[in-house]
Amino acid sequence: MAPGGKTHLDRGHLLFLLKEMLRIRRFEERCAELYSAGKIRGFLHLYIGEEANAVGVMQAIGVDDAVVSTYREHGHALARGIAARALMAEMYGKVEGVSRGRGGSMHVFDAGARFYGGNAIVGGGLPLAVGLALADRMRGLARVTVCIFGEGAAAEGAFHESLNLAALWKLPVLFVCENNRYAMGTAIEREQSQIDLVRHAESYGIKSEAVDGMDVVAVEVAARRATAAVRDAGAPYFLENRTYRFRAHSMYDPELYRSKAEVEEWKQRDPISKLDAWLRDAGFLHPDDLRRIEDEIAAEIDDAAAFAEAGRWEPVEDLARDVVAPPPAPRRDAAA
Amino acid sequence: MPEFRMPSLGADMEAGILVEWLKKPGERVSRGDVIAVVETQKGAIEIEVFQPGTIERQMVQPGQKVAVGAPMALIRGEGEAAGAAPAPAAPAAPIPAPPAALGPAAGRVSPAARRRATELGLDLAGLLGSGPGGAVGLADVEAAAARRTQPAAAMREVIGAAMARSKREIPHYYLGHTVDLEPALLWLEAENLKRPVAERMLYGVLLLKAVALALHEYPEFNGVWSGGRFQPSEQINPGVAVSLRQGGLIAPSINGADRLTLPQLMAALRDLVRRARVGGLRSSELSDSTITVTSLGEQGSESVYPVIYPPQVAIVGFGAVATRPWVVDGAIAPRRVIVSSLAADHRVSDGHRGARFLAAITARLREPDRL
Amino acid sequence: MSATSYREAVRAALRDALARDPRVFLMGEDVGRYGGSYACSKGLLDEFGPERIRDTPLSEAGFVGAGIGAALGGMRPIVEIMTVNFSLLALDQIVNNAATIRHMSGGQFNIPLVIRMATGAGRQLAAQHSHSFEGWYAHVPGIRVVAPATLDDARGMLWTAIEDPNPVVIFEHATLYNLEGDLPEGAGAVDIDRARVRRAGRDVSLIAYGGSLHKAMTAADRLSAEGVEAEVIDLRSLRPIDDATIMASVRKTHRAVVVDEGWRTGSLAAEVSARITEQAFYDLDAPVARVCTEEVPIPYPKHLEDAALPQPEKIVTSTKALMGSHA
Repeated sequence: MAPGGKTHLDRGHLLFLLKEMLRIRRFEERCAELYSAGKIRGFLHLYIGEEANAVGVMQAIGVDDAVVSTYREHGHALARGIAARALMAEMYGKVEGVSRGRGGSMHVFDAGARFYGGNAIVGGGLPLAVGLALADRMRGLARVTVCIFGEGAAAEGAFHESLNLAALWKLPVLFVCENNRYAMGTAIEREQSQIDLVRHAESYGIKSEAVDGMDVVAVEVAARRATAAVRDAGAPYFLENRTYRFRAHSMYDPELYRSKAEVEEWKQRDPISKLDAWLRDAGFLHPDDLRRIEDEIAAEIDDAAAFAEAGRWEPVEDLARDVVAPPPAPRRDAAA
Repeated sequence: MPEFRMPSLGADMEAGILVEWLKKPGERVSRGDVIAVVETQKGAIEIEVFQPGTIERQMVQPGQKVAVGAPMALIRGEGEAAGAAPAPAAPAAPIPAPPAALGPAAGRVSPAARRRATELGLDLAGLLGSGPGGAVGLADVEAAAARRTQPAAAMREVIGAAMARSKREIPHYYLGHTVDLEPALLWLEAENLKRPVAERMLYGVLLLKAVALALHEYPEFNGVWSGGRFQPSEQINPGVAVSLRQGGLIAPSINGADRLTLPQLMAALRDLVRRARVGGLRSSELSDSTITVTSLGEQGSESVYPVIYPPQVAIVGFGAVATRPWVVDGAIAPRRVIVSSLAADHRVSDGHRGARFLAAITARLREPDRL
Repeated sequence: MSATSYREAVRAALRDALARDPRVFLMGEDVGRYGGSYACSKGLLDEFGPERIRDTPLSEAGFVGAGIGAALGGMRPIVEIMTVNFSLLALDQIVNNAATIRHMSGGQFNIPLVIRMATGAGRQLAAQHSHSFEGWYAHVPGIRVVAPATLDDARGMLWTAIEDPNPVVIFEHATLYNLEGDLPEGAGAVDIDRARVRRAGRDVSLIAYGGSLHKAMTAADRLSAEGVEAEVIDLRSLRPIDDATIMASVRKTHRAVVVDEGWRTGSLAAEVSARITEQAFYDLDAPVARVCTEEVPIPYPKHLEDAALPQPEKIVTSTKALMGSHA
C-alpha cells in the first residue's frame, strides 16, 4: 500500500482488494455465528456490505497515519492490518485480545497500528481525531488522521465542533463519513434537514466529495486523492461514502424500519460480487483463484476462532489494572 | 446429529417464540440460509443456519417459546458437527475487597454494644469481641450477660425485691432466746462416733428438726399470707437458707422435715446444699417453703435478726455457737450456747405466742434423742 | 518570599510549564487575546505565541476531545474550561474518553492531559454559573482530581499534574483568584496526592477543600476563642482521597465535620463521611457532620446565596453540636 499516489489497477492489486473484502465478509459472518452461539457477547455491529469503504480507504494511508473509528470497526481493523486472531480474541473477551479483552467488539484499540478505537459514543471519536491531528501539526509531523464515522454522527454537536476546529486550525484530518442511510433505525431523511452531507462539510470550508461506497476502486481512488490533498494543503478533507449495510444495525434488530425489497436492491450492488464479476469478465479471476482465496481466508478465520476459544480469561485479581497509569517517581522541586 | 439451537441475538434476549419454519425436513440448507422466523421482544427476526446440511427433524412447533440455546431442529450435516457449545463460564464477578483494616482491636466496642452494656450493668473490661476486626458487638454483650452467673445477678434482684416487699408489707416483731446447746452437741458427738464419716451429722439438723417439731404446737408460724389472710400449711416445709459462693442466698425447702429422721434430714440437707450450689434445684423446692430457718453458724455472728421471706409469716434464725459462762446447778460453767431468734408476722401472731414457740424449740433441743 | 496572589501563582505555574516543556500548550476559550477570563493567562500569548496559547471557539466537547487526542498524539495539553458549569458540555469526552481509553484499550494508551476549571459560587452569578461538581468528577475512575486552595498549591500542583501520565482535573475556586499571600522565590512543584493539616487541633477535625478551606480556617479561629481547638485538613487531592491523613486526625480528635460546597445529597462530603465510618468508626465520639450547600439551585440575591452556601458560622454551629455539652 503506497499512501497517496496512484491506484494501480493491475490484477495483483485487484485480487488483493477482493481478498481483503472477502476477509472482512467471512470474518463478520463468523462473528454472527459465534454471537448466536453465545461466544461473543454485548453488542455486535456487522460491517457486511460496507467492505469497500474500509478496504479502499486503508489503501490511501501508511503505517504512520492514524485511524479513529466507531463501534462498527472490525472491517477497518482488519484492513488496517490488525491480526484476525487478536481481533477475535477481543470479541471473546480473552486476554490475548487486542485490548486485553477489556473492550470487546466496540473498543478495538491498537497502538502499533495507530488505531484509536472502537468508539461507542456516536460522534465521540471526532474530537479525538482533531486532537491527534493537532498534535501532528504542532510536532511538525506530516501524518494524516483518518476519522471514520456514520452519517448519524453528523447530527451530533461534536461533529460540527470538530469540523469547525479542523477547518479553523487547518488540521490534517480526513473525515470519512460512511453514509449507510440508517442511524440505527432512523433513515437519513428523518434525521437530517440537509441529507447531502458534503454540504455540511462545505459549510465549514472543507473540501468534500461524495463517493460510491459500494465500489472499492472508487473508494480507493477518492481516498488517495483526499489524503494527498490533506498532506499537501495541510487542511482537512471530507469524503461521504454512500454505502449500505446488508445486515441489521446490530444482532438484536428486527429491522422494522426498512423493507426487505430495499435490502435486496442494495445487495445487487454488493461490492464483493461487483469486483468478482468485473475480475471474471476481465479474465483476472479463475474459479481456482477464488477457491484458493476462500480457503486461505477460511483457514485464517478458523485459526482465529480456535485461538480465541483457547485463549485465557484475565484473572479477576487483575480487575483494577490499567485504570490509571502509575505516576512518575516523586519529585520535590525546590526551584522553578 | 448436530442440533440447531435458538441463537442468542442480544444480551437481554432470553427466549424467542417460533413464528414459522422457512425450511422443511428433507430440505437442504446452506450456510447463511434463513431457516425460521422467531418473535422476540423487539420484533420478528429471521434466524440463519451456519452449517450446511439437510433438515432431519423439527423439534419445535410454531407458537412454542424456546429458550436461547435450546435445540430447535436436527440437521444432518456434512463435515464437522455444528452443535453450539454453551457459553463458556466466565470467571465469577469479583467481590470487592472490604475496606482497609481498622487497625488494632483493643478497646473497640460498637455504640450499640456500649449502650446495652450500660443497661445491663456489664463491665466491658476484658470482653472478647466477635465483630469486625475483633470489635465487641451487641451479641458479645448479650452473651456475656447471660454467662455472668445467672442465678447471682437475677437472684440479687429477686432477693432484693422480696426483702423490700417484706419490709414494706409485713409488720415484723422480733424475739430472741439463748439456748444451752451443750447437751444436744454432746449427744450429737456421741452419735457421730458411731457413724462413718460420710454419714456424720451437722448440728444444723438438730436445729431444723427442733423447729419442725415445734411447729406442730404452733401452726401460726407455718404457712403463707395470701389473699389478705393467713393460710396455715398442713405440711411442714422449712426452707433452709443456703449461701452461694458467688454471692446470694437461696432457701430451698426440705418438705415434711418433721417426719424425717435425723439421718434422713442430714442426707436431704447435704443433697440440697450440693444441688443449690451447682444450680440443680427444682422450682418446687424453691416455692414450697412454709417457714425459713437460717443459720449463720460458721460466720460468727452472735445472733441474727432475719427478714421474713414473703409470703411466709415467720423465720427462725440461729447465731453462731459460742462457749459462754452459764449457770448450771447454781454454779458457773462454760457451756456451748446459741442464740435463737424469731421474726414473725404480727398480723398472724403476737409476741406471747412467739416466745412460747421459741421456748418449744429450746425444749426440743434439750432432748436431742427425741428429735 | 514575595507578595503575590493565587491568580499570579497560577500564571507563574503556567509560564513555568510552557517554558520547561515544548509539548505543553494551553487551549481554551479566551485564554489568548482576552488574557484568560480570570486573567490567569494574561501576557502568555505575547510570550509564547498563538500555537501554544490557543483561543478556541465555544466548543467544549470539541476542544476537550481535541485535548485528549493531542495528549494521545504526544503533546502535553493544558485545556482550560472556563468554568465547571460549561464542562458539562464536555462531560462525555472526559468520562467516556479521557477516563476510559486506558482501560478500554487494555493499557495501551495513557492520556497525559491537564484540564483546569474555575469552580464554585459566592459571586451572585446565579444557578447556571455557580456549580461545584468536584464530587461528580471525583466519582470517576481513570482521572485524578485536585483542588488547590492555597498559593503554594496553585503554584505547584500544575507541573506535577503535567508530569502525571493520567488526565488530571484541577479545580480553582473562583473566589480564590484574588487571594493574596506570600510565596517563596523558588516555589515549585508540590505533590498532588496528599491531604495536608493546615491547622493542628485536638477537639474536632474540620475536613475541607478548595474554596471551603478558608471558611473552615475562619471557623477554627472562632471556635478557638470559645475553647474548642479544631484541626483543619485541606484535602488537596479529591481523587484519590488521602485516607491516612484524615483517619490519623479523626483518631486524635474523635469528631469530624466535612465541609463541601457541593449539594449535600451524594456529595463528596458523603464519601468522606462513609470512609470515616468504615475506617475510624471505633474512634468516633459523635456522628460525622457535614456542612454542604443547601438543596437549592444557587440563587442570585446575596443573602439567599450566602444562606445556601457553607459559611464559617454554619461550621461553628455544626462543630458545637458535635461537642454536646463539652463545647
